[in-house]
Amino acid sequence: MPTVASGGTPISARAVCHPGSVASTPAIRLRGVVKRFGDITAVDGLDLDVPEGTCLGLLGPNGAGKSTTMRMLTAQAIPDEGSLTVLGYELPGDSKQARAHCGVVPQLDNLDIELTARQNLAVFARLYRVPRWERHAAVERALEIANLVERADTPVDELSGGMRRRLLIARGLVHRPRLLLLDEPTVGLDPQVRQELWALIDALRAEGTTILMSTHYIEEAERLADTVAIMAQGRIVARGRPADLVREHAGAETLEVYGPPPRLAEVRAAAQAQGFRTRRTGTAVAILRSEDGDGRLPEGVRRAASLEDVFVLLTGEEVA
Amino acid sequence: MRRLGSPAVRMRRLHRLEPAAIFGVMSRDVTNFATFWKATTFSSVIEPTIYLLAFGLGVGTLVSTVQGLDYVQFVGTGMVATSVLFASALSAMFGTFVKHRFQRTYDAILAAPVDTEELVSAEILWMSARAGVYGCAPLLVSMLFGLDPSPGMLVVPFIGFLTALGFAGFGVLMAAVVSKIDSFNYVTTTVITPLFLVSGTFFPIDELPEWAQVLANVNPLYHCVQLVRHAVFGFETADLAHAAVLIGFAVLMWRLAIWRLQKRLID
Repeated sequence: MPTVASGGTPISARAVCHPGSVASTPAIRLRGVVKRFGDITAVDGLDLDVPEGTCLGLLGPNGAGKSTTMRMLTAQAIPDEGSLTVLGYELPGDSKQARAHCGVVPQLDNLDIELTARQNLAVFARLYRVPRWERHAAVERALEIANLVERADTPVDELSGGMRRRLLIARGLVHRPRLLLLDEPTVGLDPQVRQELWALIDALRAEGTTILMSTHYIEEAERLADTVAIMAQGRIVARGRPADLVREHAGAETLEVYGPPPRLAEVRAAAQAQGFRTRRTGTAVAILRSEDGDGRLPEGVRRAASLEDVFVLLTGEEVA
Repeated sequence: MRRLGSPAVRMRRLHRLEPAAIFGVMSRDVTNFATFWKATTFSSVIEPTIYLLAFGLGVGTLVSTVQGLDYVQFVGTGMVATSVLFASALSAMFGTFVKHRFQRTYDAILAAPVDTEELVSAEILWMSARAGVYGCAPLLVSMLFGLDPSPGMLVVPFIGFLTALGFAGFGVLMAAVVSKIDSFNYVTTTVITPLFLVSGTFFPIDELPEWAQVLANVNPLYHCVQLVRHAVFGFETADLAHAAVLIGFAVLMWRLAIWRLQKRLID
């Protein structure tokens, strides 16, 4: 892995722990991580590996523990149990070292709104220890990534929601991190802006930046992630390539049967009696693995099984 | 093709209280300050002018001299401490609270290779530098009211800086302790107002009852007032003790501020 040799290896790192020098060491490794807030266990024995150069989508409903997990990776939350390694650095002890090589894009916009796009980037170029003589170029490059060259001197206050999001991502990239942590990168944005951000994230992935992205948008995970880990109640309940997960948990085909509520309840009961798994999809009942139906199932709309089917099967229909 | 993600930063081992982190955080403060310095400068010059006019034209007609000083000069030198207090403690309270809770700036900073100790130290240093400079405004205004320049005045910004270290630390501490911004009313009413009234700024404390004198002596602001007057009119040996109190206060508040804000910022 050439990026490792040229990049983040600290000059005077302790010999025992030579971060990132072994290609097989994952960029992120969590083992038995537990995080409690009072009586609530937000993360409950989490094991997770993110190999270098891959994009892992952490998918889960609200309250599954995704954000807490993200905060633990920057030592902004300290686990009660278990071990965390980021780019070969043990957390929380060596977290500052690890953070120097991580870019973080938070869920909540925390840009300095009085400052211009360029000033926001310049401040973080310093905070991320970009050497003085490289700072100007780093800021210009980040402006290009965010497609904000023309708005560089506009105060953040006057930028649109999409521009602010792009700037937030660019701020996390100003020091060319080896690992990018994206917490719900497109939450609350309109579809056009979302497509645009997906293109940006996809370009980073293509260049070999390791990405951990938490999201509750299934399509986002499906499109961007090499591997998806589905999280529920503080644990990983399934993990794999999106297509594999669908095949394994939801089969090939899903049948959606529409009708008034009493009819749906009937269909549901009948399908379950025949051993099919079902889920509600708002206005319809979805019968999973309908390819095994052999004419025993009612009329309906057949569609390919989706990651959403898997998601709901594994994380439950009720949202806490 | 443009490389987006490959690492460019070669990193040495990072330590505690790194200057690069502290100056990085301060550079954010300086950049932000550039957007509102005019308002700050306006109020820090106009406010002492109003006070001096009121006290000079009002109380000054009843009291002509205090401790051998012209009353306006007595108040004018004393007000350096008041300015420093407000510039440091109030900015630290409100600024820290807003950056932490509303703007979530500190979350962004702590995601970078900066820890709470560096963040708090940088914020305190910056606010103190600012308070040290703006704390001189009453002195400059007093000159318009007839205060003669003296070489000791050059020490005043440093006295202001030293005093502000403690009060900025206090402000950060309060911002970390309170759960909502309205609670600052308790702090200003029960701490800030008594501190600046019983500091020897408007009247000398040696004419107060003994218990009030004891209280004044544990008030860091009293030691600032004494140091500033002595810097302007002539230093005394006791000034070493005044400076020692301010240093002790600064160190104590610095550590307490780091401890409490860390509890807030790190889950």
